[in-house]
Amino acid sequence: MLKGKVHKYGANVDTDAIIPARYLNVSEPAELAKHCMEDIDRDFVKKVKPGDIMMATTNFGCGSSREHAPLAIKAAGISCIIAKSFARIFFRNAINIGLPLLECDAAVDKTEAGDTLEVELYSGRIKNLTRGMEFTAKPYPKFMAELISAGGLIEYTRKRLASREII
Amino acid sequence: MTLAEKILAAHTDKKKVSPGEFINVRVDLILANDITAPIAIREFQRIGVDKVFDPKKVVMVPDHFVPNKDIASAEQAKLMREFAREQEILYFEVGQMGIEHVLLPEQGLVLPGDVVIGADSHTCTYGALGAFATGMGSTDIAAAMATGDIWMKVPPTIKLIYHGNLGKWVSGKDLILYTISNIGVDGALYSAMEFVGEAIDTLSIDSRFTMANMAIEAGAKAGLFRVDNKTQLYVKSRAKRPYLVYEPDNDAEYSQVIEYDVSLLEPQVALPHSPANTKPVSQVENIDINQAVIGSCTNGRLEDLRIAAQILKGRKVHPEVRCIIIPGSQQVYLDALVEGLIEAFIKAGAAVSTPTCGPCLGGHMGVLAAGERCISTTNRNFVGRMGSPKSEVYLANPAVAAASAIMGRITSPGEILG
Ligand code: SF4
Repeated sequence: MLKGKVHKYGANVDTDAIIPARYLNVSEPAELAKHCMEDIDRDFVKKVKPGDIMMATTNFGCGSSREHAPLAIKAAGISCIIAKSFARIFFRNAINIGLPLLECDAAVDKTEAGDTLEVELYSGRIKNLTRGMEFTAKPYPKFMAELISAGGLIEYTRKRLASREII
Repeated sequence: MTLAEKILAAHTDKKKVSPGEFINVRVDLILANDITAPIAIREFQRIGVDKVFDPKKVVMVPDHFVPNKDIASAEQAKLMREFAREQEILYFEVGQMGIEHVLLPEQGLVLPGDVVIGADSHTCTYGALGAFATGMGSTDIAAAMATGDIWMKVPPTIKLIYHGNLGKWVSGKDLILYTISNIGVDGALYSAMEFVGEAIDTLSIDSRFTMANMAIEAGAKAGLFRVDNKTQLYVKSRAKRPYLVYEPDNDAEYSQVIEYDVSLLEPQVALPHSPANTKPVSQVENIDINQAVIGSCTNGRLEDLRIAAQILKGRKVHPEVRCIIIPGSQQVYLDALVEGLIEAFIKAGAAVSTPTCGPCLGGHMGVLAAGERCISTTNRNFVGRMGSPKSEVYLANPAVAAASAIMGRITSPGEILG
């Protein structure tokens, strides 16, 4: 069960906004986290508390393939991201590194920045404790659920290699 | 099946694949660069295998922050170089390299019918050659380096048909900017784009690379072109291994078919801060600029430099403009030199650099200060992309960028050459 305050953004938050390329000369998550969201929300790093939840409308994470983006968000303390839709590469990257993403239009429409949410990942249940409302996110496709429960892509690959299930 | 589905199916053990299906795909080439490789290497080592599945199918290119701009980026490049040597994978050192998406097709490493994955979003560039190429993250690349395959969800395909003949100074860049402004930055989210029509048939391979390159700017997973004589001519002299040409079936199912008549299309300019914020150049003239960048994996090929030289030759860059020209690869650089293009640029007062991504991602070689404005042939104009979050980037084709460099304001090449 995840619980935290919401940091809310709009549509098409791109990977340059999440972590500007000028900071990509390193790849340690903690270093990246220091500059997370800096160009569109200067105070994010100061405001964010471990466990907080990020929220956005459509196409979150569009732009580059930099895994530095979900790594920075995760290392900043964010426990999950809820949006109406995610950019394709960002979605893969986040799932691969174990940053949970949920897609839920209603939760995004009805939640304001600063609200407190409680999220149960496997059922996709999202409770807005501030407003006393409840929503259900889109379920993960079966394959993605398997990948997540294996502990991410690296663990999943390790298991596949062990069972020699390579095509 | 569509072209994308045909290629994907051929890389699985299935006869047919359909949109939405999760499949495991064998890959022909895996790519990473000096930004994404360090994380991929770290994750690869966590998997616990010693060797990549096939060293001839993994390539690493230092291009983003090289020749290295600072100590931190030099450390990242070193890590990648050492891994590449130890694993004996393909690697192109400074002096032989190019921007990855210019370099790999030019070296014959990407061929029609291939499945290519790269830890770089513009890996989709190779769709110009009739390959299925898509960008992923470093962890995906790490897994694929270990196993030689990767999971994918089969994308639906959007067919885009371009009717008519292109006017003067109108190129692939303008077609793709126009398309993105029409369908939006998420207009092709999770989909493959297939580009067809008379206007596409007449398009050069370099212009097709430009279009496929920016498919990601509409959210697409891949942007594909069918293989024709021009493609065959391009790959024949370069290919060092056999390749297969796939054609979409006549009864292929497309999620959408979009048609444009582009005969009257003007050169396009994307205003800050979105590639979809596009207008015809005639509607954005008279915006003063401080810098013009001609280069990148979008427009750093020989054709692009030839067009820029046509405009810059015998003229002078505006005294208040820094015009920075970056050939996309050593080969492009050399060809441009032999053809006299470099001389024309230098005489015009432009700075010409060794191949690098450089200013495209605000790395080095032309970072913008607050309040500065740049016209650029690159592919992204997000907030802070080329430097200060208070700077502005306008995206255009090389002809518009060169003409604007001379005038000191955004303008149509027609104003200079008619
Ligand atoms: S030129 Fe720009 S878009 Fe292309 S690979 Fe380099 S940084 Fe990315």
